[in-house]
Amino acid sequence: MSASAEEESRIRRRRAATATGALAVLVAALAATPWLASDYGLALMVNVVCYLVLTVAWALFSGTTRLVSLATSAFFGVGMYTVAMLIKLLPLYATFLVAIGVGAVLALVVGVLTLRISGMFFVIFSFGLSEMIRELMVWWEINQTHTMGRYVYVPFDTTMIYEHLLALAVLVFLAGWLLRRSRFGLALLVIGEDETIARQVGINVAVSKVAIFVVSAMFMTLTGALMAPRFSFINPNFAFNPLVSFQVVIMAILGGLQRLWGPVLGVIPLIILSEELQTEFPFWYSVFLGLVFMVIVYFLPRGLSGLLEDGWARLGQPLELPRGLTGPLLDAWARLSRPITLPRGIAGAIEDRWRRIMPRVPEKR
Amino acid sequence: MSAAEVILGGVILGGLYALVAIGFNLQFGMARIVNLAYGEFLMAAAFAAFWMFTLFRINPIAGMLLSVPVSFGANWLVYRLLMTPLVRRARTRQQLEGETILATFGLLFVLRGAATLGFTANNRFYDYLGEPLHIFGYTFAANRVLAFGLACVFAAVIWLVLNHTRLGTALRALAIDPVGAELVGIDVRGLCGLAFASGGGLVAAAGTLVSTFLTFNPAIGIEFTMKALVVVIMGGIGNIGGSLIAGVLLGVAEALCSYFVDSGLTLAVAYALFLIVLVVRPRGLFGTPST
Repeated sequence: MSASAEEESRIRRRRAATATGALAVLVAALAATPWLASDYGLALMVNVVCYLVLTVAWALFSGTTRLVSLATSAFFGVGMYTVAMLIKLLPLYATFLVAIGVGAVLALVVGVLTLRISGMFFVIFSFGLSEMIRELMVWWEINQTHTMGRYVYVPFDTTMIYEHLLALAVLVFLAGWLLRRSRFGLALLVIGEDETIARQVGINVAVSKVAIFVVSAMFMTLTGALMAPRFSFINPNFAFNPLVSFQVVIMAILGGLQRLWGPVLGVIPLIILSEELQTEFPFWYSVFLGLVFMVIVYFLPRGLSGLLEDGWARLGQPLELPRGLTGPLLDAWARLSRPITLPRGIAGAIEDRWRRIMPRVPEKR
Repeated sequence: MSAAEVILGGVILGGLYALVAIGFNLQFGMARIVNLAYGEFLMAAAFAAFWMFTLFRINPIAGMLLSVPVSFGANWLVYRLLMTPLVRRARTRQQLEGETILATFGLLFVLRGAATLGFTANNRFYDYLGEPLHIFGYTFAANRVLAFGLACVFAAVIWLVLNHTRLGTALRALAIDPVGAELVGIDVRGLCGLAFASGGGLVAAAGTLVSTFLTFNPAIGIEFTMKALVVVIMGGIGNIGGSLIAGVLLGVAEALCSYFVDSGLTLAVAYALFLIVLVVRPRGLFGTPST
């Protein structure tokens, strides 16, 4: 081994140690939140961590395979409702285990049936899965058990929920980190880029997709299960709320999928926003979320973390002003004083402007 | 109620599903856009019919003369302004599907939220042709029969245009192979816009018909989008006749389910049918295996 290589590996080891240490301090600080923050602050943090787990779990599957899953609320709801149904029969932790099992089986069945064929079928199916389960559960509860909603009273307070969710968040980040460094993760990325190529290089496309879908669903189900004791009364309409799926997708793409920490940037602003808006102006919240969503799809395909990275890269570059400060000013004046010409009418001008605003994706070489 | 009456009721409902699905098929099969906000235009047309009827006493069928062209234009604008940039920047079909799903998903929430803001989340209903009609000894509500009849007329017009005009031939070529269509001199971009807008026009007609016999609120759109998706997959993407048959099939299955089991399980029925088709005939009921 040459001296420089040895030096490099030493630096890398030190950087890894520093990063691990910093993350450990961060997690410890977060774990201390219940004793530092107010009740309101803790409730907010529970929401943040809950959505963080859901979003990172979503990105495990959808970020790599590029298949938009709209089934988050289905798994979240299954976890929550399983706990609500079994809480009088089993100890709390046993209900969590059962919930994970149910979520995994559901994901396996859905995955095997739909992912095998085409991505499109999967998206369609995930779109209505949560609605369908809600319908079935309402029917079951009304006609078979004659109850509408269940009470969850267990000695599992907000602090306990928070600590468990935090542990789950560490686990899901670890899973994402490992995935990015494994052959399996690489295979998934290839599938996301081009399925035909993936098949050609010998990746078992169907099995890989189903496997990561099941893993991601297990995290989501457990999150739902852990959140169940937070609400003393749960009915199917509450557990299977389609807004959960929508918020998770928007948080993930707002943060950006190319980085593991991207979701953090998406979850925090949207949770704060939803706290502010949802109680007072719930319908404005829906409109606003939709608009934000479209803005991201059109103008920020790499999300906030992409913006941050670009900004960071630009800060590193030297400032270029070849014609001094007056140069840009003269340019702006020249542009303003140009006569208005509309060769293709107002509609043409709008189209041209729109085309210029839209980010161009470089042509495939 | 006899079994025959239940099945005929299902066929009548299925005719409407078929109409919704044919419009969706124009957007998905021809223009290649998965429009998750599709049902929101149905909801908007239903509200338009409702307000025109309750405020100005305008006959809903006459009201279509206004709502269908407006929805046609709105969908054309959606295609030109919102979808064209995505079509242009997508490298593969898969990528285009992903991006259009995301964009129209956002549009869905904007439209639904705006409708809730404007019209509140209350259930709406108005009474138009509610009297019973006796056909072959069975009794049906007149508005349902009218809706079924008009749905048949619209479907027939679309079928005639697609199969017996030059424009229709070009559209069918587009559904089969967009690249090949461009090579033989078909204006792909213009026709995609036309197909997308026509889908929007059809869904406005369907929305008006739905509003005459069902209660509705700003949240109904998504249910119709899901059913349209299921019907289109069952009947085959780009296959208009397939959508017709699959739509009627779904209507009958739903009617049987609400008669024998429970009327709250309609979506479960749609998904059960979808799953059966997925497992048994993944290329749709009338699909042929291709390479």
